[in-house]
Amino acid sequence: MHPMNETLSLVLFSGTDDKLHAAGTLAAGACAMDRPVNVLLQYWALDAFRADQIGSDHGLAFDSIRPGTRHPPAGSAAIPWLETFRMAKELGEMSILACSGSLEVLGIAAGELDPIVDGTGGIAAFLLAAEGGQIVFI
Amino acid sequence: MTTATVSELQALTAAKIIDARGAACPGPLLEAKKGMGGVPVGSIMEIWSTDPGTKTDIAAWSGKIGHSFLGVIEDAGYDRVFVQRGK
Repeated sequence: MHPMNETLSLVLFSGTDDKLHAAGTLAAGACAMDRPVNVLLQYWALDAFRADQIGSDHGLAFDSIRPGTRHPPAGSAAIPWLETFRMAKELGEMSILACSGSLEVLGIAAGELDPIVDGTGGIAAFLLAAEGGQIVFI
Repeated sequence: MTTATVSELQALTAAKIIDARGAACPGPLLEAKKGMGGVPVGSIMEIWSTDPGTKTDIAAWSGKIGHSFLGVIEDAGYDRVFVQRGK
């Protein structure tokens, strides 16, 4: 059993490729360090994990429109966030849950989600699992 | 943390070499974690990486997991990072 303060809990709200990549990197780093990772998908991150959407172009965050910013040369769809999540899940202890509230608001059925999503969860259960550890909101 | 000299590292024979050149963080770290499973305890694993963060990543990871970070050889355009499996 892991000490509770080792757990990294990620609340993913944003669904752009760059932010999902940042989230995947955090999750992967924690998994590599043998820290349990709990991910809660809300809103646009949840939508990005729909089975029919997960491989498509999710664009870049609003920051990217500033003149002069450098963009990924091959476009945002080339950002390997899904591969990072998959590998991290394979190597470590990671749970990815869909926020039941966001499913309801967006009208997404749990069955529409990619199999990498382990199930549906509520906020209290997520916060209980996060207790004593670190929570990051992206 | 004291690490081996370049000549000491060059004298080592790795049980496994992970070629992660071209992969960006966290790729090399994940490849190292995956690859270490096939390295006998006490043996050496070498990770080749073009990502400049890999050497500090592997040092931190080694300390956390219980392996020994031995050091780095800076080769032509990439780093050769040496780790000894601790457990």
